Amino acid sequence: MPVITYRQALNDTLRAELTRDENVFLIGEEIGQFEGSYKITAGLLDEFGPTRVRDTPIAEEGFVGAAIGAAMMGLRPVAEIMTINFSLIAMDQIVNHAAKIYGMFGGQTPVPMVIRTPGGGGQQLGATHSQNLEVWYAHVPGLKVVAPSTPADAKGLLTAAIRDDDPVIFLENLSLYNTKGEVPDGEQVTEIGKAAIAKEGTDITVIAYSRASVIAVETARKLEEEGISVEVVDLRSLRPLDRQTVCESVRKTSRAVVLEDDWLSYGVGAEISATVMEGAFDYLDAPVRRVAAAEVPLPYAKPMETAALPDAQDLTKVIREQLEATSFFR
Amino acid sequence: MQEFDQRRQGLSGLKTMAMIRAFESRMPVLSEERLIRGSTHPSAGMEAVATGVSLALGPQDSIASNHRGHAHCLARGSDPGRTMAEILGRRDGYGGGKGGSMHIGVAELGILGTNGIVGAGIGLATGAALAAQMQGSDAVSVVYFGDGAANQGVLAEALNLAAIWKLPVLFVCENNHYAQSASIEEMIAQPDLKQRGLAYGVPSVDVDGMSLGDTFTAAAEGVERARSGSGPTLIIADTYRYLGHMAGDTEIYRNQVEVEQWQAKDPIARLVSQLLEAGVITTSDWEDIQEEASRVVQEAEEFARNSPFPDASDATQDVYSKGVPA
Repeated sequence: MPVITYRQALNDTLRAELTRDENVFLIGEEIGQFEGSYKITAGLLDEFGPTRVRDTPIAEEGFVGAAIGAAMMGLRPVAEIMTINFSLIAMDQIVNHAAKIYGMFGGQTPVPMVIRTPGGGGQQLGATHSQNLEVWYAHVPGLKVVAPSTPADAKGLLTAAIRDDDPVIFLENLSLYNTKGEVPDGEQVTEIGKAAIAKEGTDITVIAYSRASVIAVETARKLEEEGISVEVVDLRSLRPLDRQTVCESVRKTSRAVVLEDDWLSYGVGAEISATVMEGAFDYLDAPVRRVAAAEVPLPYAKPMETAALPDAQDLTKVIREQLEATSFFR
Repeated sequence: MQEFDQRRQGLSGLKTMAMIRAFESRMPVLSEERLIRGSTHPSAGMEAVATGVSLALGPQDSIASNHRGHAHCLARGSDPGRTMAEILGRRDGYGGGKGGSMHIGVAELGILGTNGIVGAGIGLATGAALAAQMQGSDAVSVVYFGDGAANQGVLAEALNLAAIWKLPVLFVCENNHYAQSASIEEMIAQPDLKQRGLAYGVPSVDVDGMSLGDTFTAAAEGVERARSGSGPTLIIADTYRYLGHMAGDTEIYRNQVEVEQWQAKDPIARLVSQLLEAGVITTSDWEDIQEEASRVVQEAEEFARNSPFPDASDATQDVYSKGVPA
C-alpha cells in the first residue's frame, strides 16, 4: 500500500472527486494560483480551471453563503476556510442556514456541501489562529462533523463528505498535514459516524480525534513496552458520534481517559464522559478523566504555547494516575 | 426587454396585489386569535415591489426572501392555502409546520426561503446565481432585503462577489424606511442606498416602489442584464409598510400622519386609477377583482384552519437528508 502524507491524501481525493462528478467544485481564499495556504489544492487550478477551482475575496460569510445557495441548486461545493478561526465570520451561514435549510423547509432541499478547514495550535500562530472550534459545529443538529487523524481516513472521510447530501464540516489539523501513512489505492469511502479502534488494548481506553488521536496511539505504543495495554478509540466523526464503539471499549477496559486539543469546559471530553456514564457506568472502575488544553487564549511564545497544549506527557501522567487509582500496579 | 403592458402585467399584477393585500390584512386578525404564534411580519403597502419583480421573472428563476416574505412567495406563485397553513404551523404548510412565517421554502418554485436572519438571503441568492452561471442556464436569482439589512456585512461581500463574477442576480432593497423601529435617518448617514451598489461596480437604480410599472420595468432591465451575462443589478425600491413591524408593534416610532401620507400613494389604488383611465378595467371589473381576492384568501384561510397540526413525532424527522439518528 502506498505511503503518502495527509496533505497528499486530501489533494488526491479532491482531484478524484472533481474528476468523478462535474457538480463538485472548490471555492475559497487562495486555493487557485496560490494552491491553498497549506497547499492542499496544489495543481488543481491547472487541471480543472478557475470556474471549478474558484478563488474568492476575503469574504467568508459571502462565499460560504454562496456555496450554500449553489448547493441548494444541485451543485456540490467544497469550500476551504483557511483556518477554522475564520469560520466564525461565516457562522450565521453555517449554523442558521446550511444546518437548517433541509429540516426547517420540511425536507425539500438538501444542502450537499463540505467545508474543509484546519484547526489546532502548536504552530505559534497565536490566540486567534490556533483554536479548536469544531465542538461549536458538533453541537448543531443538521451539520455533520468529521475529523480524520490519518491519511487513510482523510481520503475515506473526504470522499464520503463530498458524496454526502448534508452539510459536512471537515476538520483538518495544521500539525497533521505532513504526517504519513498507508493509504489504499482506488476508491475508499469511510462511513461518517463510525469511530475506529486505532489501537487495540485491554487495560484502559483513550478516546481522541484528529491530532490527539495520533498522540494517543504513540503514547499507547510506548506504554505497551511497560506492559500497559491501552486501547485507543479514534472518534473520526464528532457528529454523528459513535457512542456505541466508545461504550463497548470502556466496558472491556473499565477505565477511560479523553484526550482533546480543545479547552476542557463544555468540550468533546465532557460529551464522551457523559456518554460513558450513560452507557458503561456499571463497568467503570474509576471516574472518566479528561486531558485538554489550558483554558487560556493560546499564547504565542513557544514555552507558553507548549505548556498550554496537552501532550503525550500529560496523557501518560493521567493514564498512570488512573491505573494507580484502580489498583492496576499491585 | 419586456415592456410594461397595462393589459398584461398591469392587470395580472393588480390581481396579485389585491390578493396579497387581502392575505396580509388577515395577519393581525389571526395573530389576535392566537392562531399565528411567534412572530409574523406583514407587508401591506409594499405589494408593488414583490409583484413587479415577480412579473419580470421566468419559471427557471429563483428568489430568496426575508422575515417579511409572504408577498414574495405569493407573487412568485406559492399556493395561498399552503402558505397560510405554514404560517399557522399546520401539516399542509410547505414545510409541514416546521418553518412558520419566517421559514417558508418552496423548492418547486425556486423559493430559497423566507428567512429569519436579516440579510442572510443575500448570500443564498448569490449562490443560486453562481450555480446558474456554472450550470450554463439562463436562470437569474433575486434577493429581497430591507433598508435594515443594507447595514449587514453580507451585502457588501455579496455585491462584490456578484460584481467580480458577473453573477445573474438582482439585489432588490425594499426601503420601507424602518428597520423594525429604527428609522433610516437615524441609522444610515448616506441615505442614497444605491451608492452602495455603485461602490462595488454594480449598476444600481432608484425606483418608486409604490408603482407596479416602475418596479416591473427596473426588474425587467436587471433580469435582461443578468440573462445576457452582464452581471448583477441593485434596485432600491422606495416603499412603506402600513402595518407594524410585527403583530403587537406599538409603533411609537412613527405617527399616523406619516402613515396616511404614504397611504395616499397606495400602490393598488394608484394602479386601479391608471387601469381605469386606460380603459383596461371598469369599476365593476375592479369590484370583481377585489371579490376574487377575498374569496381566494378566505379559502386559503379555511384550508389552513382545517389543516391538522403535525404529529409530535414529526419533530425529529428530516434533520438530515437520509435520516441519521441525532
